[in-house]
Amino acid sequence: MIDLINVSYDTQIPNNVGLSNDKRVLKALEKWHPGYINWWNDLIPQNFQKSMVYLRTAVSVDPKGWAKFDYVKMPEYRWGILLAPQVEGRVIPCGEHAGQPAWQEVPGEYRNMLKRLIVIQGDTEPGSVEQQRFLGLTAPSLYDMRNLFQVNVEEGRHLWAMVYLLQKYFGKDGREEADDLLVRSSGSEEAPRMLGAFNEETPDWLSFFMFTYFTDRDGKMQLESLAQSGFDPLSRTCRFMLTEEAHHMFVGETGVGRVIERTCQVMAENGIDDPFEIDRIRALGVIDLPTIQKKLNLHYTLSLDLFGQEVSTNAANAFNAGVKGRYMEHRLTDDHQLKGDTYPVWDFVDGKLIRHEVPALTAINMRLRDDYTRDAAGGVGRWNKIIEKSGIQFELKLPHESFHRQIGVFKGKAFDPDGNLLSGAEYDAQRDNWLPTRADGDFIQSLMKPCYEPGKFAGWIAPPKVGIDNKPGDFEYVKLHMA
Amino acid sequence: MNKPLKQHLIDPEICIRCYTCEMTCPVEAITHDDNNVVVDAEKCDFCMDCIPVCPTGSIDEWRVVETPYSLDEQFGWQELPAQAEIGSSSGVEALDDAMEALLAEAHKGAGGKSKAPATATKPTVNLYNLGKPATAKVTGNFRLTSGESGSDVRHIILDFGAQPMPVLEGQSIGIIPPGTDAEGKPHLPRLYSVSSPRDGERPNFNNLSLTVKREVQGLCSNYVCDLKIGDEVKVTGPFGATFLMPEDSAARMLMICTGTGSAPFRAFTMRRQRAQAGGSGDMIMFFGARTPDSLPYFGPLNKVPERLLKKHLVFSRIPGVDKEYVQDRMMVEQEAVANLLADPQTHIYICGLRGMEQGVELAFKNIAESTGLAWEATRDAMRDEGRYHVETY
Repeated sequence: MIDLINVSYDTQIPNNVGLSNDKRVLKALEKWHPGYINWWNDLIPQNFQKSMVYLRTAVSVDPKGWAKFDYVKMPEYRWGILLAPQVEGRVIPCGEHAGQPAWQEVPGEYRNMLKRLIVIQGDTEPGSVEQQRFLGLTAPSLYDMRNLFQVNVEEGRHLWAMVYLLQKYFGKDGREEADDLLVRSSGSEEAPRMLGAFNEETPDWLSFFMFTYFTDRDGKMQLESLAQSGFDPLSRTCRFMLTEEAHHMFVGETGVGRVIERTCQVMAENGIDDPFEIDRIRALGVIDLPTIQKKLNLHYTLSLDLFGQEVSTNAANAFNAGVKGRYMEHRLTDDHQLKGDTYPVWDFVDGKLIRHEVPALTAINMRLRDDYTRDAAGGVGRWNKIIEKSGIQFELKLPHESFHRQIGVFKGKAFDPDGNLLSGAEYDAQRDNWLPTRADGDFIQSLMKPCYEPGKFAGWIAPPKVGIDNKPGDFEYVKLHMA
Repeated sequence: MNKPLKQHLIDPEICIRCYTCEMTCPVEAITHDDNNVVVDAEKCDFCMDCIPVCPTGSIDEWRVVETPYSLDEQFGWQELPAQAEIGSSSGVEALDDAMEALLAEAHKGAGGKSKAPATATKPTVNLYNLGKPATAKVTGNFRLTSGESGSDVRHIILDFGAQPMPVLEGQSIGIIPPGTDAEGKPHLPRLYSVSSPRDGERPNFNNLSLTVKREVQGLCSNYVCDLKIGDEVKVTGPFGATFLMPEDSAARMLMICTGTGSAPFRAFTMRRQRAQAGGSGDMIMFFGARTPDSLPYFGPLNKVPERLLKKHLVFSRIPGVDKEYVQDRMMVEQEAVANLLADPQTHIYICGLRGMEQGVELAFKNIAESTGLAWEATRDAMRDEGRYHVETY
């Protein structure tokens, strides 16, 4: 009998899908494996590849087994194929097939749609590792370096997860798509990653934290809706990926929070209570709050673009087909088909922004984006609590959704962060107050000096409140390989 | 519910509201509002499924309370309330009352409430319980004492396969003997101290070892001592949250034991040996047995270098030689012991049969008072700092 909970190590590829009994897929994956290892080895600087990193690896997909911590060299990390346990009697949760048994094989009529969704999801995973490849060189602590590498190896595993689906269910074109995932590369001229946000570089650690908070959260929302898919293997894959994704959210939220905490602390120590005394604050080696707001504006709005057009027939088709659900579909109590329902969507009528009702089926993207905004607002509130505790008068805010957008109804128009329409000249005059400038980037870059001593942190970031795996403060999360 | 009880809580300052715990909880005891993620004390059955899935560590919070905090109270929190002073029951050694009672009994020789060393790793307790035990496979059963010694002490190795068993040196696990008692109920687990370090009897294998002595009428000890390789054993635990070793490599450890009381000290020693703690903090052991061939681990122990572990092996039944007990040797070594007592880096551990307590205490008292220290006050202060530990049975 195949053990579907515990990870089997009887093939080169750890898995809980009975790979040793599935020779065709095993062979395909074994053929893909060396390419993946080459990709990884070429990516991250060699001294980190040879370092021992305190990482968690899943030994089973039930709650007790998926967070086993130990030292491992990243290239020896057990990337595997892990699906959440199959739920007996699961049905298609939404769309025209709602209530029918979930598909265990790809339904022919939706084959292309499914393949495209899986390829797009799969393409983001290695993309982010590529964007972050040099951050280890400037890690503010071994703790942060470990978190970075944990995020990286798990994004690598998420690539594996998508590649397994392609190899297992999509035959020859699945294999080709799987190979192409290793050919495209972030920021490349000839073969870039598919989505814009994954071709921007991640030049510094504040960008990394903002990226994991805002952009990985888009990934989380996409996984949430794919976890609702009627195609059961995709749903099970994404459900397990979500447990890992939670760690990425953690790295982003606490990372930004610790930057804020340190800034407030240094301001207090030096008797500065005006957050806009930017030069004085920067001279103390911490990142001023207005610059953090600008970084937030940038990363939030880039991430909003990932949700696509507000009104979308593609999204409607995917929902109607039961291939992709809504956030928390299983907790929603409507008919799960959206017959006759409407949903308010932003539009631009006679020079004014309004929300008007459109058929809910076509507003799936807008709805997911609203869920995303609510989810993202929570952490911003907790960051503000840190500022509030320090007594500094400053509040971080998510900008209005119309600000700085490249996709959807707001594209090509100039809005300020409060959602007021501006002329191009008015916008240009203020732009540097709202979005990071080259000088802001240069300043942040100037702080990016590595801090590799166990228990020590760079001066611009506070230590975490709790260690990973309950480890004490001076735990050596990465045993660096010294060449 | 009028007795103090343990309540599972989430630290709102550390939680990032990813709701992974809420989705994992099999009994839907976890819920959230716009502010906080909270645990319903009425529903939570301590299954611990939510603990490893939390990315932040905010979920592993416990308070002993007279009345559980309500959901509304928890929704309103900006931070976790401190543990209120409630009698003596605030150290959480185990989450089920039977196991906690057993440990409280074992630790009572410390003369008051035990505390973990300040630098000890935070232990996991009760990952497995009677309703949900782990299954371990026996991969070794070796007799440690000679056939003539009249004492049958076994080194048992249990492998947990893919089930996590995050046990620290000094912790115990419960073994559930098969069968039922006179009332037809399953037997309660018996506690055994783990004798291997946290990374396994064999490094990085998910296994551990126990040191078990066969008792003539012992239901569980006979079961364990008779186990064959390949047998499956039901295990609960880990248990214990105070009898732990300091992580600080400069900490000095004085360990006093008899018989199978050596189990945790084997674990401590192997931990330091494998971690190669630098040797700045020394370890001294007083180990009593009747004869060398009834002293568990006599051979391997002699191979541990003296610079890592200073050993005093003491025997009470060698023909033609005066009886010597651990307390006698402590008196011989009183200068070294006094030096340890005076050093705030020192952690003392006593483990073995209940009968050893009195003699050891008396030796400590003599040594302390000869250097002008009041023993009870010294002991109580050390205990409150997590530096004095007793586990006897």
